[in-house]
Amino acid sequence: MRAAEFAVIGAGPAGMAAAIRAAELGLDTILIDDQRAPGGQIYRAVERAGADSPLGPDYLAGRELVAALRASAVEYRPATSLWHLDPEGRLFLAAGERCEVVSARRVLLATGAIERPVPIPGWTLPGVMTVGAAQTLLKTADLVPTGRVVLAGQGPLLYLAASQLVRAAAPPGLILDTTAPADYRRCLSALRRGRPRPRMLLAGLAAIAAIKRAGIQVRHGVRGLRALGAGALERVAWEGGETGADHLFVHQGLIPNLQISLALQLRHEWNDDQLCWQLVLDPWGQTSLPGIAVAGDGGRILGAAAARLSGELAALDAAMMLGRITGPDRDRQAEPIRAALGREQALRGFLDRLYRPAPAILAPAEDDTIVCRCENVSAGAIRRAVRQGAPGPNQVKAFTRCGMGPCQGRICAGVVAALIAESLGRSPGQIELWRPRAPYKPITVAALANLAVAE
Amino acid sequence: MFRPRSEAAPATVTVSVEGRRVRVAAGASAAAAVLAAGLDDIRETATGSRRAPYCMIGVCWECLAEIDGVPSRQSCMVEVAEGMTIRRQIGPRRVDVAPIRR
Repeated sequence: MRAAEFAVIGAGPAGMAAAIRAAELGLDTILIDDQRAPGGQIYRAVERAGADSPLGPDYLAGRELVAALRASAVEYRPATSLWHLDPEGRLFLAAGERCEVVSARRVLLATGAIERPVPIPGWTLPGVMTVGAAQTLLKTADLVPTGRVVLAGQGPLLYLAASQLVRAAAPPGLILDTTAPADYRRCLSALRRGRPRPRMLLAGLAAIAAIKRAGIQVRHGVRGLRALGAGALERVAWEGGETGADHLFVHQGLIPNLQISLALQLRHEWNDDQLCWQLVLDPWGQTSLPGIAVAGDGGRILGAAAARLSGELAALDAAMMLGRITGPDRDRQAEPIRAALGREQALRGFLDRLYRPAPAILAPAEDDTIVCRCENVSAGAIRRAVRQGAPGPNQVKAFTRCGMGPCQGRICAGVVAALIAESLGRSPGQIELWRPRAPYKPITVAALANLAVAE
Repeated sequence: MFRPRSEAAPATVTVSVEGRRVRVAAGASAAAAVLAAGLDDIRETATGSRRAPYCMIGVCWECLAEIDGVPSRQSCMVEVAEGMTIRRQIGPRRVDVAPIRR
């Protein structure tokens, strides 16, 4: 069995920065990632991008970090899934049909964010995808959507993706912005409090200007978004309007990918600004389970720059715990990182208030809206299960099969919790957490059999 | 439908999607090939609902497809290879026990 000192899960900005720093500090470091190349979602396929990439300078900036990883002493394992992690630091890995157990003295989860699911009527129709999916297609396959393209929702990524499609000479025809007028008012005080540097706002303003220049129609304060069609998307409707559409790309912000931390039953907390669960972490990213830390958006949504810095802090802490540096050394090296992290947070309160999702996104109003896509379980079926006495997601699962499909609740968990909270008149933060189990990703029996041989 | 970006480098990998030959960029996923081939959907759920890739990052499992004869592959997580065969999967999967008995 391979025994490493420091194992990092996820090769996005947090994981790459942590692994590089740890290797520099002399730790025997292994970096596990299920993609074929480093970068995470934000820098996906950045090594193959040309200098004129329509994805823009913030994307291309990821090349430097990826190159540093390639040049480092880190043992990088691409195309490898972690399907079980036990509290003693044993990692069960699968790469195709090959299975392997690796042990590590310290483990860092840097599994990043996922897009918040957008359970609107008709969201299972072919033709409805996430805004992030459109970006992924542009990054990895150089593909752009054709026909009548609608982007809908809210959050920085919505306008960034729209501006990238403009640069790719495939501008969307319509943007439906669901940000409520009250959110604009609420965010202004946070902007004054946070005192962000102008650079941070400029990127957003530049994206909006590019969208205006391209003549894209933008509707604000959109409510009641629906996807309509027989078998596939044909129309997009909202309160007071409707349009024919071949593509609808939806986005309502990012939430931490908590599949592994939930399975390990680490301590989580409800973030009432971002309306999602996040990890309870100490200033170094240490979780409630000794030896396991979390960095980046997989712990709490802070963005790529902050993710990278939090990864470095976790690496410093691991190096101290494993005796490579002293406590005072760790603290001294962390000082500039903490200062930079503070600056990166300046805009957070503003963004969180501006782009806080509407209640209807958390818990769909219409009973026939599908919540669990895998098992076709509707919002009405979940409300009924709660009325019949199911007090939490783990019971609703047994009543309805929601969360029992291949995605293992990744998509529906938050929506189910919000529906239960609504039915019981509580905050989603007061609802019990879902308990996913290994394997975190389905593996074949053959892969499992190979593990037995390898042991 | 999706098309290659106008300034994209020529696509170099040829795969078959439901019998249609389609060329996609090296490094693209099988799910991207499905979309480039112009398929509306890639599978039908056990209850007969047609689905297509939704998240493209391995979270939603909507892009399950039969790739080179192996069913239930997450097509957004599988990189295309020359000559790859991608097919729709309809309804629930069945376990073929014959090879096991043998």
